[in-house]
Amino acid sequence: MTPFSSKAYLDMELLRFTTAGSVDDGKSTLIGRLLYDTKSIFEDQLEAVMKASVQKGNEYINLALFTDGLRSEREQGITIDVAYRYFQTPKRKFIIADTPGHIQYTRNMVTGASTANATIVLIDARNGVIEQTQRHAYIAHLLGIPELIVCINKMDLVSYSNDRFNEIVSSFKIFASGLSFSNIYYVPISALKGDNVVDLSSSMPWYQGGSLLNLLEAIPVGITDNSLPARFSVQYVIRPFSDQYHDYRAYAGRMESGCLKPGDAVVVLPQNIPSRIKDIVNYKEHPEMVFSPQSVSILLEDDIDISRGDVIVRRDEKHPSVSQEIEVMLCWMNPAPMKMGAKYIVRQGLREARVVLRDFKYKVDVNTLNKLDTDKSLSMNEIACVILKSTKALVFDPYTVNRHTGSIILIDEATNETVGAGMINQ
Amino acid sequence: MNNHKLNHLRELESESIFVIREVAAQFERPVMLFSGGKDSIVMVHLALKAFYPAPLPFPLMHIDTGHNFEETIEYRDKLVKETGSRLIVASVQESINNGRAIEEKGFNASRNILQTVTLLDAIESNKFDAAMGGARRDEEKARAKERFFSHRDEFGQWDPKNQRPELWNIFNGRKHMGEHFRVFPISNWTEMDVWQYILMEGIEMPSIYFTHKRKVFNRDGVLLAWAPFMFLKENEEAIEMDVRCRTIGDISCTGLSLSSADNLEDIIVEIAATKVTERGSRFDDKRSDAAMEDRKKEGYF
Repeated sequence: MTPFSSKAYLDMELLRFTTAGSVDDGKSTLIGRLLYDTKSIFEDQLEAVMKASVQKGNEYINLALFTDGLRSEREQGITIDVAYRYFQTPKRKFIIADTPGHIQYTRNMVTGASTANATIVLIDARNGVIEQTQRHAYIAHLLGIPELIVCINKMDLVSYSNDRFNEIVSSFKIFASGLSFSNIYYVPISALKGDNVVDLSSSMPWYQGGSLLNLLEAIPVGITDNSLPARFSVQYVIRPFSDQYHDYRAYAGRMESGCLKPGDAVVVLPQNIPSRIKDIVNYKEHPEMVFSPQSVSILLEDDIDISRGDVIVRRDEKHPSVSQEIEVMLCWMNPAPMKMGAKYIVRQGLREARVVLRDFKYKVDVNTLNKLDTDKSLSMNEIACVILKSTKALVFDPYTVNRHTGSIILIDEATNETVGAGMINQ
Repeated sequence: MNNHKLNHLRELESESIFVIREVAAQFERPVMLFSGGKDSIVMVHLALKAFYPAPLPFPLMHIDTGHNFEETIEYRDKLVKETGSRLIVASVQESINNGRAIEEKGFNASRNILQTVTLLDAIESNKFDAAMGGARRDEEKARAKERFFSHRDEFGQWDPKNQRPELWNIFNGRKHMGEHFRVFPISNWTEMDVWQYILMEGIEMPSIYFTHKRKVFNRDGVLLAWAPFMFLKENEEAIEMDVRCRTIGDISCTGLSLSSADNLEDIIVEIAATKVTERGSRFDDKRSDAAMEDRKKEGYF
């Protein structure tokens, strides 16, 4: 074993990925396998799972038990809620959002995918590409995830057949031709037996690519938010009210994208008031430049009325849109359908307002990707293009340009539940 | 000019500061829970950074079981004094005295579960609407299901099967009267991240994390610290050994490990090589496979 190096640890990249598949595609088993074969399982965890497997009468260690954290999940053998897992190899650190495939599947998958840079879609080799496979791939595309890994699982149950693998790959390619991923990879695996998950399999000599882990260690990590125009959303106003810091007023927030420097000519939106950056504070330091995703605080030259949700941008860069009307691709996440004229609270960046549903443009058939006329109502797990009208101006970019400033959630005023997730078109 | 990158610890730091600021912005009466353990120490450090140069816009609260390591209390009081923070101590002993909680009996008696009563009472009497905690998702399988913003009903209960979806970095902290939120700013940190961060930032730690001589006894493979209120079984004997804490909880449930690590670098090497989870030495989690889930549903940290 190589000695542990703190320097190497700090320099490691972080890949956030999500997994999607329908019930019984073996998602939990795959994650259990990844953790087990990368030696990320501790002795006491292994002991507990081995005991539970014997108790259930399983012939082999039930790898799914590593991730099914809730009692009812272990009892029913299904995954209910999004779970987050952490593991690392000498090359990278990984955060997995494990999203369940059954009821509330869209809601769970959108949740897991919203912070991910790669998605693994699982296909049961016996069943091939089914409706849910297409739905998962479409959602990953809609959420702007650049890297898609298609794992054809349970190859052991189709005699490790190269023909079967090719057949599934071709049918997936036909469907995916309308989706905008940077890269799509195909890996034949057996999560149960461990083929091509961490170690390459000797049962599929016809497969020339790397194992799933090789891919996860090699695919591009990041969305390059720093090359986008600067967006700084004001989160909280810091006012110490002390003799030492009399009249001190700093705007705390996070760099959503781009870079800012002291001296930069800026505009505060939506007020459209120009100013200049006097100082940037990062705890006891005054950095010469800050970039996404740093959390810092900013002091301006001028005394302006700025509050939570306002956005500071550079005068010489492309400005975000400022409007009370937005067109959004909306995923509905609540059992009660969304109806025309209904009112909700919208959260866009750190801005909060009330919105009313003005118009349904079309609904998406996630199996064919066709646009459908709607019955002017949106049910759970459905996706539609809608027009929302807000009580206050929103400050946004299209989601395909900037994930941070282009996303919204809708909240039901009566229940306070998060009922919808939207990606702004314009 | 446009390819600046944060290393992953700075990325986690930024995410946590963002979450802590969201709490200050979205809630009227937030509080930060402080146990004196490494995770809450890191969380307080992040909070100080989040609002610098202003003081913390919320108090710290310690749920005191009365069975503390002395060093933890010394560290707590020093931190509060140096940072000018407000500290609220909610006492489990008081909950027992006024009949709200009943002391467990037997050799493995612990006040760990009783903390839930004291915590929920303190949240209610202080009218807190958000309580930040240092729990991490990698600690335990029920915690892996937690949100950053975790909604609690008017009884303080967690309903893991009906959680609000949490999308991008948009946190929905809206609630009805009487309900509150638990917020976990360091959800995405691992045990190794916490120690690396302590090293990187030069954060001072309580002395019991480093090797020291202490009277301990072996119970079911876990080394527990001897204290006047700990009853030994016939076959158990308290012997002085070189030990340190990997996690810090109440004395009655915190396992110690044999170690000669007297500095952060050695602790990190030790953790990189360990074969058991940090909660593997916690007696409170050994009670059943769903011990943590059951406690969390009732309102535990």
